Amino acid sequence: MSPKTLSDRIIESVVLPLLGVGGVIALWAIISATVAPSLPNPWKTWEVSKLYVLAPFEKRGELDQGILRFTWYSLVRVAKGYSLALVLGTPLGLLLGMSKSFTKSLDPIIQILRPVSPLAWLPLGLVIFQKPEPAGIFTIAMCSMWPTVLNTALGVRSIPQDYVNVARVLRLSRTKRLFKITLPAALPYMFTGFRLSLGIAWLVIVAAEMLTGAPGVGGFLWQEYNSLIYEHLILCIATIGIVGFLLDRLMSMLEARLRTA
Amino acid sequence: MSSAPQLVLKGVCKGYGEGAQRTEVLHGLDLSVERGELVAIVGFSGAGKSTIVSLIAGLLRADSGSIHFDGKPVRAPGPERAVVFQSYSLLPWLSVFDNVRLAVDQVFPQLSSAQRREHTERHVALVNLSHARDKKPAELSGGMRQRVALARALAMEPELLLLDEPLGALDALTRATLQEELARICRVSGKTILLITNDGDEGILLADRIAALDAGPSAKLGPFIDIDIERPRDRKALNHDPRFKAIRGEVIEYLMASGKKRKERARTRVAPPLHANREPVV
Repeated sequence: MSPKTLSDRIIESVVLPLLGVGGVIALWAIISATVAPSLPNPWKTWEVSKLYVLAPFEKRGELDQGILRFTWYSLVRVAKGYSLALVLGTPLGLLLGMSKSFTKSLDPIIQILRPVSPLAWLPLGLVIFQKPEPAGIFTIAMCSMWPTVLNTALGVRSIPQDYVNVARVLRLSRTKRLFKITLPAALPYMFTGFRLSLGIAWLVIVAAEMLTGAPGVGGFLWQEYNSLIYEHLILCIATIGIVGFLLDRLMSMLEARLRTA
Repeated sequence: MSSAPQLVLKGVCKGYGEGAQRTEVLHGLDLSVERGELVAIVGFSGAGKSTIVSLIAGLLRADSGSIHFDGKPVRAPGPERAVVFQSYSLLPWLSVFDNVRLAVDQVFPQLSSAQRREHTERHVALVNLSHARDKKPAELSGGMRQRVALARALAMEPELLLLDEPLGALDALTRATLQEELARICRVSGKTILLITNDGDEGILLADRIAALDAGPSAKLGPFIDIDIERPRDRKALNHDPRFKAIRGEVIEYLMASGKKRKERARTRVAPPLHANREPVV
């Protein structure tokens, strides 16, 4: 294969993605002009959203704030739920990976709880905690912990027999074996789980905020839908997508660094 | 000090699998090794050589028969029986130094931190790897990794060193260099060593006594041959030594005969056993 020239590279990494974005915006304009007249067109969306994008940290009222300010509230909420998911999920995954009988007894319940939607967890959270904020965090944790649990367990089960033999010949104690062999060996798998969990945690934020009316991107989306300002729905969707993408990239970078180490 | 052999295996049998799937790997294996002796076992790939090491190390339990080390039955692995595995078994997230240090920390908890560091450095130097002490295993060549594994085993100051095809994964040139280094290290350490190899010349170069393992399944050990060639042994001179040639001939003959027997057995069966067509590397 011949080496890529600079112009080839520019076409590949700039022009083609821009074409894709442009195409989707054109399609959106066509749809709003023809089949869905209540869908705001791209230009109008920008006009109405401008204020929120250009002054992203402005706080004008409880439910009237810059988009990045809302994003920040959501990120903090996700961070809490996600931390809870990791704190619960990692040890659970380790136990599942280390003990067969533990796996046998817990696997069915995990398979049953895993597909439950955030919309189902949230009311239960409200019943348990009686307050919207902890209920939202509970929902995020309940939905996002499973990839961490399952990948951690897989990582522990995939530890090469060689490493286990080293631990046995050296007669490492349980704790030492955990910290010197099991955790480092399983870490790449665990990180894959962490990345997938973060994706889900961010996915759940809209549902959690919609039903509790908490300030954040999801809460803002729901409120603007109820106030018939549809332009802001699109602003929120774009923001959620971009932030989710950035989070995933960040985790991928951490993961790649870990693999080479 | 008692005159009884340090390591005694009597009638050891070991098989894998259950029911009709079951294959007996070792059948009625007897072996005894004196203190300070270097014994080599040479055999076909897949004959059960690694199984012998795992049994003595305590990583596997024998189905029947007994294994005694220092007069006590072997029930579990322990650092007094250090193993150098064919696959090196280094921990990839630790540096050369830290791989050895992990073993040192575990085996000598009574020493001070500085003493343990010094002990680790000394063994890294023993295998000529001081220049690579902070490298990760992935940055090392196969020969260097094997030397780290050897340093780790020696640093444990075991009473018995089990070498499971320690040079098996290396190319011929590296292998020849490391054989000489291994010979030097074995001489310096003066430990009891059991060397498992698929290379008869390697066994004769290094060992005091050598025996061939039958082609499996149901492998047995052939008669032991004393190697009364003075040390240090020179590879090149050895090739013309009549004693070397005689021992080599004996080992090859025994292996070929057992290999032929196995092929005949295999022919009468529906499915041939694994590695049925491999010739020994002698």
